[in-house]
Order: sequence, then structure tokens, then C-alpha cells
Amino acid sequence: MGTKIIIKTEEEIELVRESSLLVGKTLAEVAKVIKSGVKTITLDKIAEEFILDNAAVPGFKGYGGFPYTLCMSVNEQVVHGFPSERELKDGDIVSIDCGVLKNGFYGDSAYTFAIGEIKPEVAMLMQRTKESLYIGIGKAVAGQRVGDIGYAIQNYVESFGYSVVRDLVGHGLGRNLHEKPEVANYGRRGHGPKLKEGMVLAIEPMINLGGRRVLTEKDGWTVRTVDRKPSAHFEHDIVVRNGKAEMLSTFDYIEKELNK
Amino acid sequence: MAKQASITQDGTVTESLGNAMFRVELENGHVITAHISGKMRMHYIKILPGDKVKLENVAL
Repeated sequence: MGTKIIIKTEEEIELVRESSLLVGKTLAEVAKVIKSGVKTITLDKIAEEFILDNAAVPGFKGYGGFPYTLCMSVNEQVVHGFPSERELKDGDIVSIDCGVLKNGFYGDSAYTFAIGEIKPEVAMLMQRTKESLYIGIGKAVAGQRVGDIGYAIQNYVESFGYSVVRDLVGHGLGRNLHEKPEVANYGRRGHGPKLKEGMVLAIEPMINLGGRRVLTEKDGWTVRTVDRKPSAHFEHDIVVRNGKAEMLSTFDYIEKELNK
Repeated sequence: MAKQASITQDGTVTESLGNAMFRVELENGHVITAHISGKMRMHYIKILPGDKVKLENVAL
């Protein structure tokens, strides 16, 4: 991992876009079959096959020792959960985070799915977390700083009494899954590295219904909230270009499947 | 996949331990021991409990 923020060329940006769109399509494949009673490991297999069929490799498998294609984080699990024999049940929310490596570039995106009927307060948490992502993306323009993104997200979600996970952050993206800078989902206006044209960022608010404290389970990966209240997580890849944030990943494929 | 936050964090000094070591509470609630940077030590810059400090190389 370098110490400098890498400015991407047009070609590199297009390759990240291609990888990011494949992540969106992979999550749409998952969206087709996700429902109550499905084991999370089954979804992992579907995603892995789909990625391999599309001339790419799963981006997370083996990254830092992570053993699966998808990160499946159910309810109080925030991120980095392992797919398992656990069956999803009505009322669960599950954050599914997916990465692919294609043509040497990573794509990385996450979506939180609701299984059956969920509590209204949890539905609101999901909706507002997603909104906060777009608010953050709106701040990712050249001349602003990384802290402006974090401030916008934090300010929005904390107004509803939610809390922002501090121990995990968004990141730069490109030839490596994690590059500079760290994109925290909290921050102060005018602080942090300055955003420049050609920077590619993965912005991913992780928002808790309860307190902000999280811990890592004994498996060394799964992060869950200390108070065991649910947490939502959405992630997009964007590039700072032409004075605004241009989306590289999309939820369109996923939402088309969910609205069927 | 979310990245583990690290490198620099803000915190508040809760206790001075002597030997230029301090107990610092981070913004995420963790309490750690930290030492003063060499440059600050050279110039005898004092740190008191309650001071807001920036920490580097925080690995949790």
C-alpha cells in the first residue's frame, strides 16, 4: 500500500468502473435468490460462480486471509461477517459486501438487504444509511477535503440519533483493494487530504441503530456492535471528476431484482 | 470491504503516567497508552490531562 493518493488515468477509471459494475451485477444475482430460509453460504457460492463466469476473480477471497467471496453481516454484525450454514429468517437485515478483481483493478460495493418484514425502525435505519451514502458522495468533489465527506454523513445520521462506526472506514480503490486515503464516515469540515480530479474512492457508511462501539469476534474478522443492535452498511465506488463525484458502481441491477 | 481505521486518530489525555507516557482516550472510546513525540519532548512541551492530542500509528 503506497503512501500517496494515486490519481487514476481515464483508462484506469474505466477499468475500475467495469469491475464495480460487475460487483453490482453479482449482488443482483444474490438479490434474485435472497429470501427467508436461504443459507448465507449458498449465496456466497452463487456470487463466486458468477464472478468466475465473468472472467474475474473474487476480490476478497484471500485478501488479508479472508476466506470467502462475500462479507455477510447479519443484523448486529456490522461488516466482514463470514458466510455460513446460518439460515436467513424473516426480520433479518443482511449487509452483503462484494469485491472483484478484473483486469488488475478492484471493484467494491455493498448493499444491505431486508429479509421479509422488518421492524419499521430498522427499515428507517437502512433507508437513512443509504441516503447518507449519497449525501457523502455529493461532497466528494475536487477542492473539498475527505473530512467534508465524513462530516456530511455524520451530521445527517446523527440527527436521527444513530451512530457512526469509527473503527472502520472507506478507502481509496484501484490496483489495490485498500489504497490511500482513509475515508472516515465522521469528521470535521476542512480536515483531511484534499480531493483532486482522478481520485477513486470507496465510500461506505456503517451506521448503528444503537451506540457506535463495535468489537471483532473471535474469528478475527466479524465485526459486531457491542450493544447487539442492528447496523446497516452501503458502499459505492466513485471518482472525483469534472468537479463532481461520478458514480462507478450502481445499485440499479440490485434494485431491479428486488422490485420484481 | 471496509478498511480497519488506523494511522492517525484524535484523542483526549486522561492521565499523565510520567516518563512522557500518557493514557489517552480515543474518539472511538478505546483507552491506550501513548508517548509524546520526540520533537515535543525536545522542546519541553507539556501535556496535561484533558488536552486534545493527535496520535500516530494507532493499531488497535
